Amino acid sequence: MVAGATRPRIFHECTVLELIVISTLNGVLFGMLLFLLSSGLTVIFSMMGVLNFAHASFYMLGAFFGFQLTKWIGFWPALVVAPLLVGAIGMAVERYGLRNTHKHGHVAELLLTFGLAFAIEEIVSMIWGRSPLDYRVPALLDFPAFTVFSTNYPAYKIFMLAVSVAIFVALLIVLKRTRVGLIVQAALTHPHMVAHLGHNVGRVFMVVFGVGSALAGLAGVIAGPALVTQSDMAASLGPILFVVIVFGGLGSLPGAFIASLVIGLVQTFAVALNGSLASAFGPLDPSAGPSALADIWNVTIAQVAPIVPYLLLVIILIVRPMGLMGTRES
Amino acid sequence: MTAATTSASNAAKPAGENLRFYGVWLTGVIMLIVLPLVFSSGGSLTSFSLIGIAIVFALSYNILLGQTGLLSFGHAVHYGLGGFAACHMMNAVVSHGWPIPLPFIPLVGGLGGLVFAMIIGWVMTKRAGTVFAMISLGIGELVASSSLILRSVFGGEAGITTDRTALPRMFGWTFGPQLQVYYLIAFWLVISTVAMYALTRTPLGRISNAVRDNPERVQFIGYDPHVVRYFAYCFAGFFAGIAGGLAAISFEIANSAYLGAIQSGLVLFATFIGGTAYFFGPILGAILVTYLQLGLTDVTSVWQLYFGIIFIGIVMFSPGGIAGLLMMHRPLVRAGSLWSVIPSYLVAIVPTVALACGVILTIETIARYPDGERNPVNLFGVAFNPGSPATWIAAAVLVIGGFFVARLTWMRIADAWDRAATVARDRGHLI
Repeated sequence: MVAGATRPRIFHECTVLELIVISTLNGVLFGMLLFLLSSGLTVIFSMMGVLNFAHASFYMLGAFFGFQLTKWIGFWPALVVAPLLVGAIGMAVERYGLRNTHKHGHVAELLLTFGLAFAIEEIVSMIWGRSPLDYRVPALLDFPAFTVFSTNYPAYKIFMLAVSVAIFVALLIVLKRTRVGLIVQAALTHPHMVAHLGHNVGRVFMVVFGVGSALAGLAGVIAGPALVTQSDMAASLGPILFVVIVFGGLGSLPGAFIASLVIGLVQTFAVALNGSLASAFGPLDPSAGPSALADIWNVTIAQVAPIVPYLLLVIILIVRPMGLMGTRES
Repeated sequence: MTAATTSASNAAKPAGENLRFYGVWLTGVIMLIVLPLVFSSGGSLTSFSLIGIAIVFALSYNILLGQTGLLSFGHAVHYGLGGFAACHMMNAVVSHGWPIPLPFIPLVGGLGGLVFAMIIGWVMTKRAGTVFAMISLGIGELVASSSLILRSVFGGEAGITTDRTALPRMFGWTFGPQLQVYYLIAFWLVISTVAMYALTRTPLGRISNAVRDNPERVQFIGYDPHVVRYFAYCFAGFFAGIAGGLAAISFEIANSAYLGAIQSGLVLFATFIGGTAYFFGPILGAILVTYLQLGLTDVTSVWQLYFGIIFIGIVMFSPGGIAGLLMMHRPLVRAGSLWSVIPSYLVAIVPTVALACGVILTIETIARYPDGERNPVNLFGVAFNPGSPATWIAAAVLVIGGFFVARLTWMRIADAWDRAATVARDRGHLI
């Protein structure tokens, strides 16, 4: 749905191979963006037991802060400052909101973040309006990186991919090679034991929440110019994000990674395909008139693309209720 | 969890309590009958109808959230499908000439919600807690998106329209005038409310509470929490479908907005703001949220933001909702120590109202800033120009000053409350 914003221009009169190459690139890109968000969400969920409903809202805040700061101080400083701002907001939410709500249980925490998501969307649309913003790709990156067959692949998308991969590698190093990473990893599986070992759990939570929000903000800053920057972007991405982490298995980082890529690729390919049952097996008898069957028969894969993640969710729940790599019950 | 949902069985009740119990219900029914006679304008009739539908919907949601502990982000799916089922049924009744009068149509809506709950519920209720919440969100999105694809069933973006007056008549009522529709809704409101209250008193309702509080122990005594959650989910779907059917009758249309995330969010807001721990909580919440929704849209363009703020405030400071706040005072009233808290309340009102005004002024100033002087903020008859620095300073003083003074008075309330609660505890009214 999101990655296909440029589809009509790109996929006009293209060969199958070209479609595969471009869709794979776009799919991996969308998947890496999803992972920037789902990794933070997963770590926060595993450590604190709270599913942050407002995570996609932090992504949206990143995009809007990025837009505003780009106007004031330019894109490159904004790339650094906007995620820091979002991270600070995330820390404040943890410190003054979630920490006080914790005593009322996880449902109250989830509802708090739900209310926040709602309020953030309203505040954003109050300040910036409800229509899409003119958030442009920086001039430095506004050129085609390479040409596949007849399609120019924009350099900015390569830049997005590079940033996402760099963050992914950095996360991997921090988690696997540093002491902080050790604590976070331990907290993923044994949160109580970590507290017993004498770490300042409150501060660890706050920092993890802040870093997770900052990553979401960064995703927003770099995704803003390529996708649409609009006040409903959180509401449209949020549910997909939750599908990703349920699909991958709640609390599993490798699961979140695989699920991000799978959903990114599946959705991008679905958007690019125009086939329908009618084109595969021939049209239905028109004398039957309109019916639900005719609707299903004639709908194209591209039109179904928005519901594909949710179909995957239902299938995985029937086949493997704890998700791809999940081990823990909720 | 609380007195209303887990109080002792009826057998031990003294006669006076029984009388009071039925008195409350009777008063409610009489109010429903008398209300439209007192406020008979078309606008208020429509408002009452909307509130009635919202109450049924919120009570059905509380079967999940309050009774069984299932947090659903997709409850509107059953509401919407109930609405579509009712619309299709009404059109079918008219075109086939079936002898089914309008008052039975909400039942069809309920069946629509029930059938979908029976199909999807088994997979959904496998797990509770956060996973259930996420799945319900996903299913909600799935159905809402599918409704735009299956045009022949859901009518695409325009939806399905119907004509309630074309159905066979009953007692000579055409159900054209809003008053008759109101009484139809009130009738189903009473039936559904009684049924849902009775449900909380059945063994199923009791075991649902147990599943909410401790599913493991429920397994020890030989019940399967999954099955209990499934039954609760089906009942919730059924009553949500009734609400949807009533909405379809009231608006004579069903469209994809019925199924959407906004509708699901509103019912969650209404139920939680009202209070999930008491049966009457969602009723209060539905009345308040619908009233605010109708009232605020005329006054401000950012009414949804106020909803969000009220909701966050309730979650953070009073997770029991309005009902929880009210019922907190019951032991103090019984012990006769409430009078010692009231002065602190009166003192706290002034700075708290100032703080609220400051927040409202800030929000409205930001929202109306682009319009400048043409769109002043009208607060208690005082017009504030959103462009002038004086307004910003006033807002800042109210927010910051109000907050610090209000916090002092809140602490005073807490102290007074502690003293009053100690008295109540000594007299045996508070454990």
